[in-house]
Amino acid sequence: MIGAIILRDLGRAYRGGGAWLPLAFLLLIAALFPFAVGPNATLLSQTGGGLLWIAALLASLLPIDRLIEPDRESGVIDQLVLRGLGEGTILLAKGIAHWLSFGPPLLIAALPAGALLKLEPEMLQLVIAGLALGTPGLAALALLVAALTAGQRGSGALTGLLVLPLAVPLLIFGAGALQFGGASALKLVAACSLLLCVIAPVAGGAAMRAGRD
Amino acid sequence: MHAFANPRRFLAIAVPATPWCFWGGVALILAGSLAGLFVTPADYLQGETVRILYIHVPTAWLGMGGWTGLTVAAIMQLVWRHPLASVAGQAIAVPGAVFTALCLVTGSIWGRPTWGTWWEWDGRLTSMLLLLFLYIGYIALARSSAQQGDEGGVSRVTAIYALIGALNLPVIHYSVVWWNSLHQGRSITLRGSSIDGSMLWPLGLTVLGFSLWFAAIVFLRMRAILAENRIEARLRRMSRG
Repeated sequence: MIGAIILRDLGRAYRGGGAWLPLAFLLLIAALFPFAVGPNATLLSQTGGGLLWIAALLASLLPIDRLIEPDRESGVIDQLVLRGLGEGTILLAKGIAHWLSFGPPLLIAALPAGALLKLEPEMLQLVIAGLALGTPGLAALALLVAALTAGQRGSGALTGLLVLPLAVPLLIFGAGALQFGGASALKLVAACSLLLCVIAPVAGGAAMRAGRD
Repeated sequence: MHAFANPRRFLAIAVPATPWCFWGGVALILAGSLAGLFVTPADYLQGETVRILYIHVPTAWLGMGGWTGLTVAAIMQLVWRHPLASVAGQAIAVPGAVFTALCLVTGSIWGRPTWGTWWEWDGRLTSMLLLLFLYIGYIALARSSAQQGDEGGVSRVTAIYALIGALNLPVIHYSVVWWNSLHQGRSITLRGSSIDGSMLWPLGLTVLGFSLWFAAIVFLRMRAILAENRIEARLRRMSRG
């Protein structure tokens, strides 16, 4: 059942084109930034890594309103619950599908974006390693906030307000790895990510149950 | 705690307690501030600027204490479905956010002469700023998830958000230990204080005073929400005829 949900969500994301949205967004920001600060190679390579992290954070906001709300409104989630699946399990499956449609495209987009921002190869490696470890956490956070705001009208602006403060630890350690070039910061990114991945299905499931009654 | 599930029983205690907390708090804040301004000696290093301590520390304590209150209220709401817990959550959020903002503002004013900068990207400052954003998110989520015809108070979804945000509290508390930057370490611990007694005692007064005042504001807001609930219920009854 879990596999079926994952496959269905994945198919929808890639066929519906939603999965390519974060990729295009990241590239667009990487292309806009040199317009804003000027195409100075040293400046770009110094700030580009952090910029990619910010872009990834903002890109994680894009799919939030499509994660849970359509299925909740059409009753798919209620049907799954009636079949005996817990909300946490459903969210776990949706989270895995969301990461698979969000993480890899973002990582692929980081390569040309790194070239646009003239990042050094070692720097780009650190950014990609950090994003590979951090995107599961970002995906889990997006899922959690999607569950918290499901069924509320006009929650578009709210999601950013809820996601970004909670994503700050990921950003600090992810960007910290670029500055101090350490495996220790990457380990902390992984730790934050792991924590979010554990919390999100549990807290999100509780939120969905609370939203029902 | 379930004795207070009935709002009337809660009000029987809250109504007489409110003026005592309010005016007692105001008196203690005035006494502590005046003592801090005129009685205590100036610091040997920071000079007169140290006197903002008597406002800065209580606001920081209440900014964090406010979220602790939200967490406790959230647990009571989610686990025991205590009817007053959601009202308490709504009542605490705005004062907590205001005190957090005050803490940041007073800290910034204090930082300008002593550190030479309005803002420093230091662990404690950053996590306090995050706490402010968390408060704003909480208030916005409470507004957005409130449904028509609900009893006053925050929704259960908002309570879950309070629990998630509580992860930030230990980070603020230990930030001065983990990241040793401009903000000083802990002066007051369970084992004693590194602040001299002659400068410390007004701080006790203002911390206690601001805490009482905070409690009075929360009581007042809870009473207002409960009164609004009763008006709504009465209107609904009247409309049914």
